Amino acid sequence: MKYLMSFLLLASFGLLPAQNTDTYPDALTIIEKVDANLVSDSQITESEMVIHGRRNSRTVRSIGYTMGNEKSFSEYLAPAKEKGTKMLKLEDRLWIYSPDTDRSIQLSGHMLKQSVMGSDLSYEDMMEDRKLTEMYDAEVTGSETIDGRATWILELNAKVEDVAYDSRKMWVDQERFVPLKEELYAKSGQLLKRVTMTDVAKIDGRWFPKKMNYKDMLKSGEGTDFIVLSIQFNPDIPEHIFSKASLRM
Amino acid sequence: MNLAFQLAYKNLMGAGLRTWLNVGVLSFSFIIIIFYNGLIDGWNEQAKRDSIAWEYGYGQLLNSEYDPFDPFTILDGHGTLKEEQRKNLTPILIRQASVYPDGRMLSVALKGVDVNQSTLELPIQALKESTTAIPAMIGENMANAAKLKEGDEVLLRWRDKGGTFDAANITIVKVFDTDVPTVDNGQIWIPIQKLWDMTGLQNHATLFVANEQFQATNIPGWKFQSQEELLSDLTDIIAMKKVSGSIMYLLLLAIALLAIFDTQVLSVFRRQKEIGTYIALGMTRSQVVGLFTVEGSMYSLLAMVVGSIVGIPLFTYLAKTGIAFPAASQDIGIALADRIYPVFGIQLVLTTILLVVVAATIVSFLPAKKISKMNPVLALKGKLQ
Repeated sequence: MKYLMSFLLLASFGLLPAQNTDTYPDALTIIEKVDANLVSDSQITESEMVIHGRRNSRTVRSIGYTMGNEKSFSEYLAPAKEKGTKMLKLEDRLWIYSPDTDRSIQLSGHMLKQSVMGSDLSYEDMMEDRKLTEMYDAEVTGSETIDGRATWILELNAKVEDVAYDSRKMWVDQERFVPLKEELYAKSGQLLKRVTMTDVAKIDGRWFPKKMNYKDMLKSGEGTDFIVLSIQFNPDIPEHIFSKASLRM
Repeated sequence: MNLAFQLAYKNLMGAGLRTWLNVGVLSFSFIIIIFYNGLIDGWNEQAKRDSIAWEYGYGQLLNSEYDPFDPFTILDGHGTLKEEQRKNLTPILIRQASVYPDGRMLSVALKGVDVNQSTLELPIQALKESTTAIPAMIGENMANAAKLKEGDEVLLRWRDKGGTFDAANITIVKVFDTDVPTVDNGQIWIPIQKLWDMTGLQNHATLFVANEQFQATNIPGWKFQSQEELLSDLTDIIAMKKVSGSIMYLLLLAIALLAIFDTQVLSVFRRQKEIGTYIALGMTRSQVVGLFTVEGSMYSLLAMVVGSIVGIPLFTYLAKTGIAFPAASQDIGIALADRIYPVFGIQLVLTTILLVVVAATIVSFLPAKKISKMNPVLALKGKLQ
């Protein structure tokens, strides 16, 4: 959950100003305001992931610790079957600890493309942590109303080759500066994933979306919901949390 | 010795049903041993033939970063060869991708193959003649798993050389039938020129398949695996199958040999007067032991005769028509045809004959050697010793 949050937050990192029209604000200004709402040096988030299956839905609760873009640690708290499973991400490496086998495995290659606990998110999606400023050019292309809220539409196009998504489209609330929707596209223009943010609330003086729906547009189903139960911005997190030893603690 | 054979033959025929029961069990073991080994040899031949025709060719030149048993190496395990080095080689580029049939996601190995190659039996003509944007062919197992058929379009998602996602519809122009699951399960074949365009990896290949004229040379960054090396895993699996299967027929053989052993023990016990008479008439103890041993081993000779009467027509029929295997068994991961033609070689038959005769002779000799310690007078009187 926290990875996704980070990923979405980072999606708004300092995008370059682009060809703005007279009526549209500067893309960079919008993004900086979004950053002020969503980005923090460290976070502790307790969240629920609701995975909608074909017949039923299941909920996985977890607590996540994030430090910057490169360190994160999460532990599953419920259901009993997943309880105790832990994930550690250090830069581009990801380890998963399973209490059933009492072993940690490092994921890489095609395994990173596998779905996380049957959700619409892959491990790779969770590991996405580069700043969008490094990867994309952006511009404001229009405005639209979503659920009664006026939004700016931002289009992001890759300026480097090694990015997962060639282009993105983001809808940012014009008053609260929180993204309400994001679409991720393939090079061919095929829509691959859609993220919808709702339940925007003010937490510690920041506007923050407490619910996100992550939908793989190529798969059938209702996608996966992320619900933030509690979040702390810029807490002090002990360094030992982000070590392999903490997986077995 | 001639006398021993005559006496042994008369004694066996005189024993009637007991003899034929022993011979029956032994001949059944004889047939089963030959049948099972013939079946495995037939499978071996077929699997090697098909693997060479569909996958291995006359060896493969693999990128040194690529390990066929480690999917993690697919991402970086590719490279190019100079034009003159590509002679007699068919390039194959492998990338990881996903297809979405009916909203389900399936991870696949996307394989690009040269549509002008003739080394492998892949039905590339369909790819060559298709006018669709991205023509693809898949094996029957893959078609069943993805519920796809010829003419279907399905969305494919892949990554280019920079790791950027791309997606487009591919058209299944051919569903082929192969006995080699490693070119079928979880794989989609498209023209390599198309895959180069899609990924930006122009002229790159994960591996090259050699044809008959290829001469292996040391090329930095690439490792050549000969046909024998590529087939060694298959050979090992089949050899292991042979050993595990031998437990079953050795048990059967042990039962037959136990029957002969019992018969011999009974003979030595019940025919003491006869033994005493042979010695009294001038036969040495070792001659009498030989007589009883020949009698026992003659079961194996009779079993061979009976086995031949039943086995020759049966094996001839099976070698011609083959043995059908259910479709479910095709998913075991190694080349297995839907019909296997057993191979009954002369070496197999001779080895089996030798095994049965030697084993029967040994179990006949063990009880008979007791005769060498018998007192002839007591034996004549029929007293227990």
